[in-house]
Amino acid sequence: MDNTVVSTGTDEKTWGGGNQPLKSSYGKMMMWFFIVSDALTFSGFLAAYGFSRFKFIDSWPIADEVFTHIPFVHGNYPMIYVAFMTFILIMSSVTMVLAVDAGHELKKTKVTWYLFLTIIGGVIFVGSQAWEWGTFIKGDYGAVQTTGGNILQFVNADDGHRIAIRDFAVVDEHNERVVHESKKGLWFQSEGALPSYSVAEVISGMEEHDNVVIRTQIINEEGEKTVLSRGASLKLIRDNGKVVVEGANLHVNEYGSPLFADFFFFITGFHGFHVFSGVLINIIIFFNVILGTYDRRKNYEMVEKVGLYWHFVDLVWVFVFTFFYLV
Amino acid sequence: MADHAHKLEILRGLIKFKSNTQKIWGVLVLLSIITGVEVVLGIYKPAALMGPVLGMKALNWIFIILTLVKAYYITWDFMHMRDETKSLRRVVVWTAVFLICYLLFILLQEGGYVFDVYKEGYMKRDF
Repeated sequence: MDNTVVSTGTDEKTWGGGNQPLKSSYGKMMMWFFIVSDALTFSGFLAAYGFSRFKFIDSWPIADEVFTHIPFVHGNYPMIYVAFMTFILIMSSVTMVLAVDAGHELKKTKVTWYLFLTIIGGVIFVGSQAWEWGTFIKGDYGAVQTTGGNILQFVNADDGHRIAIRDFAVVDEHNERVVHESKKGLWFQSEGALPSYSVAEVISGMEEHDNVVIRTQIINEEGEKTVLSRGASLKLIRDNGKVVVEGANLHVNEYGSPLFADFFFFITGFHGFHVFSGVLINIIIFFNVILGTYDRRKNYEMVEKVGLYWHFVDLVWVFVFTFFYLV
Repeated sequence: MADHAHKLEILRGLIKFKSNTQKIWGVLVLLSIITGVEVVLGIYKPAALMGPVLGMKALNWIFIILTLVKAYYITWDFMHMRDETKSLRRVVVWTAVFLICYLLFILLQEGGYVFDVYKEGYMKRDF
């Protein structure tokens, strides 16, 4: 058990520095304790997500209807891409264990290649997550937010499929509403980009196409969102329609409760940051392996410690996957 | 690291592997199968599993249990928890599991309570 590089010569004394409680080196044990504390941080986030979801249990967005895209392919494919991301991360975990295993046998070339594959896996995962964020922010069908803050989505009454606002809204050529900039009015007031359509244009579109009805946030007994009748739809949007929402950000969310988007950005963002820093640490270790640092030490424990962190990132994703996409 | 002692059996000795590398691939197969089952269930959502069990859909309980199984194998085999001393294992796992269960219980209980308050009373704005 010669793990320490510097031998202090006081190995036999309990407090001499060479002692290994729990038969685990200082670095490895501290990595475990860091992982415990980080796990508690993530649990705090996921539990807060659970709290908000239980609070709005009858109106929470259905994840299957939110994440339905695959890069370069059109159509409705719930879950497929996230499953792919999960598999990529598990795969890069496997190459990491193989690197640790090769490190135990002091096989430098094998460690190098396995670490390289691990880094590639991590990069693919972070890239996928960026794409997923982009799709989520851009939005899909558009929705109208009411004065009470609820989201109204539009479906085709004939077949029950969603309809995008751009497919039925009637554009008012005489609409003079432009973005208010600070240079045009009060210097201390401005606003963000306007939605592509106004609520009035959506209403006249609904009047023209009599197959368009509204779907509310409320989940019915069958576990689906409630679809209103034609009359109720028109009344609701005329009375309460306030602003057209396209995509999601920290203020509004076309998929439903804004909290859903807030938690999505925060939790997957925090996890993505972990993956990103994991990739950076892996790259540092990768170059150390190539330079032969651990070969000279005759000890690849650094790979093992970084591996622990990398597996932890995978472990967290397994839970994020379940609680954001499955449950 | 000096002793390359790896415990090479999973599922309580049901499957024994010849080498550590073989065990890693075996665990990958297991994790992939579990993820596959989760995805298929998540896409098709069999009607038989949509009934409520202990306040949640049966399907959601299946997802959570499968997730915990995956977490077990990632920790035990990828993170080598199986090869650590029993005390290190307990220091890490018991602490985390106890605190997380406590936190979940408190927050989910409170979330359900707030939902009921809104439902019984009057709620207009969804912040």
